[in-house]
Amino acid sequence: MSFTKSKFRHPKLPTNRRGFTRASYEGAISTLCAGCGHDSISAAIIQACYELELEPHKIAKMSGIGCSSKTPTYFLGKSHGFNSVHGRMPSVATGANLANKDLTYIGVSGDGDTASIGMGQFIHVIRRNLNMLYIVENNGCYGLTKGQDSATADEGSVNKKGIENPFYGLDLASLALQAGASFVGRSFSGDKNQLIPLIKAGLTHKGFAFLDVISPCVTFNNHEHSTKSYGHVRDSKDAVPLDFIAHQDEITAEYDPGSTQEVKMHDGSYIRLYKSREDYDISDPFAALTEVAKYNRQGKILTGLLHADTYKKSLHETLNTSDTPLQKLGDEDLIPDSEFLATINQSLR
Amino acid sequence: MRPPLQSVNDCVVKFANVNGSGSASANGLFAKAVFRMGIPLSAKNIFPSNIQGLPTWFEVRVNHKGYIGRRGGVDFMVGVNPHSMVRDVAEVVPGGYFLHDSTKPLAPTLKREDLHYVGIPLTDMCIREYRKPRHRQLFKNVIYVGALAALLDMDFQVFKDLINEQFKRKEKLIPANINALEMGYNYAKEHYECPLGVRIQRGPCEARHLTETNPIFIDGNTATALGAIYGGATVAAWYPITPSTSVVEAFEKYANKLRVDPGTGQKKFAVVQAEDELAALGVVIGGSWNGARSFTATSGPGISLMSEFLGLAYFAEIPAVLVDVQRAGPSTGMPTRVQQSDVISCAYASHGDTKHVLLIPSTPAECFEMMAQSLDLADQLQTPIILLSDLDLGMNDWMSPPLDWEKGRGLDRGKVLDGDALDKMQERFGRYLDVDGDGIPYRTYPATHPEKGAFFTRGTSRDEYATYTENGAEYVKNMDRLIAKWETAKKYVPSPKMRKSPWKTEFGMMFYGTSSSSCYEAMDHLAQKNIWVDTLRVRAFPFNEDVQRFLDNHQYIFVVEQNRDAQMRQLLINECDVNPDKLIAILNYDGMPITAHFIQLEILKLECVSDQLHADALDVNALI
Repeated sequence: MSFTKSKFRHPKLPTNRRGFTRASYEGAISTLCAGCGHDSISAAIIQACYELELEPHKIAKMSGIGCSSKTPTYFLGKSHGFNSVHGRMPSVATGANLANKDLTYIGVSGDGDTASIGMGQFIHVIRRNLNMLYIVENNGCYGLTKGQDSATADEGSVNKKGIENPFYGLDLASLALQAGASFVGRSFSGDKNQLIPLIKAGLTHKGFAFLDVISPCVTFNNHEHSTKSYGHVRDSKDAVPLDFIAHQDEITAEYDPGSTQEVKMHDGSYIRLYKSREDYDISDPFAALTEVAKYNRQGKILTGLLHADTYKKSLHETLNTSDTPLQKLGDEDLIPDSEFLATINQSLR
Repeated sequence: MRPPLQSVNDCVVKFANVNGSGSASANGLFAKAVFRMGIPLSAKNIFPSNIQGLPTWFEVRVNHKGYIGRRGGVDFMVGVNPHSMVRDVAEVVPGGYFLHDSTKPLAPTLKREDLHYVGIPLTDMCIREYRKPRHRQLFKNVIYVGALAALLDMDFQVFKDLINEQFKRKEKLIPANINALEMGYNYAKEHYECPLGVRIQRGPCEARHLTETNPIFIDGNTATALGAIYGGATVAAWYPITPSTSVVEAFEKYANKLRVDPGTGQKKFAVVQAEDELAALGVVIGGSWNGARSFTATSGPGISLMSEFLGLAYFAEIPAVLVDVQRAGPSTGMPTRVQQSDVISCAYASHGDTKHVLLIPSTPAECFEMMAQSLDLADQLQTPIILLSDLDLGMNDWMSPPLDWEKGRGLDRGKVLDGDALDKMQERFGRYLDVDGDGIPYRTYPATHPEKGAFFTRGTSRDEYATYTENGAEYVKNMDRLIAKWETAKKYVPSPKMRKSPWKTEFGMMFYGTSSSSCYEAMDHLAQKNIWVDTLRVRAFPFNEDVQRFLDNHQYIFVVEQNRDAQMRQLLINECDVNPDKLIAILNYDGMPITAHFIQLEILKLECVSDQLHADALDVNALI
């Protein structure tokens, strides 16, 4: 079920420069459990799109199957959405993106959808550097089927039944780095100050932007000795704060350049990272892998932007597709002359 | 000694080679020469699932009456693969010819009293003429083709012309190839009384439907690819699999010629080699959902993998075009042999109540036309369309009427609302609302309108406004509308083709795809025995009323197909109103294209048929 919200809005609601209120980016009322991390991520997506002043109808929402994949109903109600099949959202997103390069694509997936049934498609959409934002709402368990361990559940993490997970937990951010993702970040659904700028940066990035967002399952995986609980994540995360400065924004504050690192995006926007730890080169995926591994080994969670390569060719650039989106090509672009068929026929005699 | 066969433009010539030895182009040259001489032929490559070293065959049937299905038996064997020679010798009909490399004497066990042997010292000639080992191997093939020209009385100039055309861009190869041809030609002239009894000559031809259309010689997969180009496909996603691979490869080749902006070099198409067949169909569904005509090509194993997505596209009503070039299953089966064994798996692919539209071509010209039509139909019906081709049609060259695209013909994108239409709409847009009563709703592409027309596509149940629901009545309403749409589809898909016998008859024969040529030939042969049969070539699923009428109007219906389980027969029983006892299965499933001889034999064995034969002709075997 999904519920629609009241359409009534205060007439003096603030708007962004394109004239959209924040409500223009909202969707139906969530039917997820109260306190679900996923709802915070939906709220962060709404806020990020509002701040980026995107036109809602020019965004396409893609998802697979699972609790996380249900969430596109709960944001961007004026956008087309596609709730595809389990683990196969990346291929559907690939086709959609090939058809119309002008839209913004947001993919929402879960740890079951991505790290198990959809692992193949996940790795290959990264390889192709499809221009999209791909968020995994990672809670370490299968919510819709009542709490089984997922492939990202940490080894030793205790599930709802009190059983320790005996298997190694996959780290999706490391896998994305290894597969050549051009933009990789990790965040926490409870840290909107970090999550919103990360989503904005991911939406602006021209290429595949991956965000592994730890998003506790309040019903099945938020207890003591679970490593994906609100408490555990808060205690063990080391968050690198960041700002996203869109190209149209004025720069309001000056910072000591020694304490920040900046990543310039293709459209003139940039990401500013505030150092709280020893520095590494964010454009070097292997440095990022090492850094992530260092934290993982200590049982800590490194959050923030982990890697960005703003020069890598996206799929459309690799394929050299026309500036006009393929879906806008008309008969005159597509159907060759009848005479050409005569030439082909002649060549086959 | 059996007298040698005597025939003009009515023979089977077969080549037995080792794969990877360069024989394909020389054998192709022979087939093309027959084509150029204006004589109906079919050419079938019988190849292993291997790149180098295993036996491979090329079978050419020449027939002035236009019977271009496989005949069975060989009149003239070019047996140059020592490893397959025992079976190659055995396959030749009594009185036939066996050409072999006489550099070494033929083993006595390979000598048959009733055959005529033509020895040519191919290896010896090559060793004397060429220095490079590769040349010695390649030109051996060209030499035997030159010899055939003399032995079979063919127009030698045609061969020379073909060589000149083939190497237009590599001119320095022309003299060497022509020299090899002449070596063979001259050797045959000097050592044998040319021509032999089996001859291929220019001359009048009874098969006007083939020769008077100014035919072309083309494989079905290339024709399918051209259909995709003219049908406006812009997204192709695929995973390599024999025998469908050349569909997308040919699409890419022609798209690079026809769809590249000369100024910028930018491409008006995208080809993605996906990680597997699941992803390939996912890309197609995503592309079609977003308004780009998209297709994939696969074979049986791919259909199994794509079933999940086929169900989504059926239920969420997303256009998708899928080319299934069938091969012998189950599982990996015989990957380089033909069958028509994906009928059921395609018709009902995926769990739950699903049915899919199938279009079944039987010639390259139909591959072209039906592929373009599939892209229209997918948009019109908002559902997957499967073009059910097969290995024989897809990978072999066929004599075909030229491809034709009517000037001014455009693409029909079906019921898509644009911004203006949405602006004018007073009522609420319902993605799954049956506005026109034909079961086909209206759709919108993303980003059409800032305020209207957005909806959520899903594989879960939903109401007419695309909102998720678990309400049973809403679910049933939707499923019933899908059946109403299925009824509409019957009016859109190609009708079956009927050929009536000159006399009223209780016998009918139904078939489809590449069984057709052999069935028509069998029909003629049966007529000579006063067994009259009406035929119906099925070209699509769902079946329309013509199919039902044919079933109603015949007492015995032979359903001819190339699979073990009589899949089309099953489908007819399932979908039509027919007493199953009327439907008699005639089945060939050894992986080789079905022959007219086999069909005729199976039919004559039937009691209902033999009862009608004259009393003095009751010995069936004597008739065949």
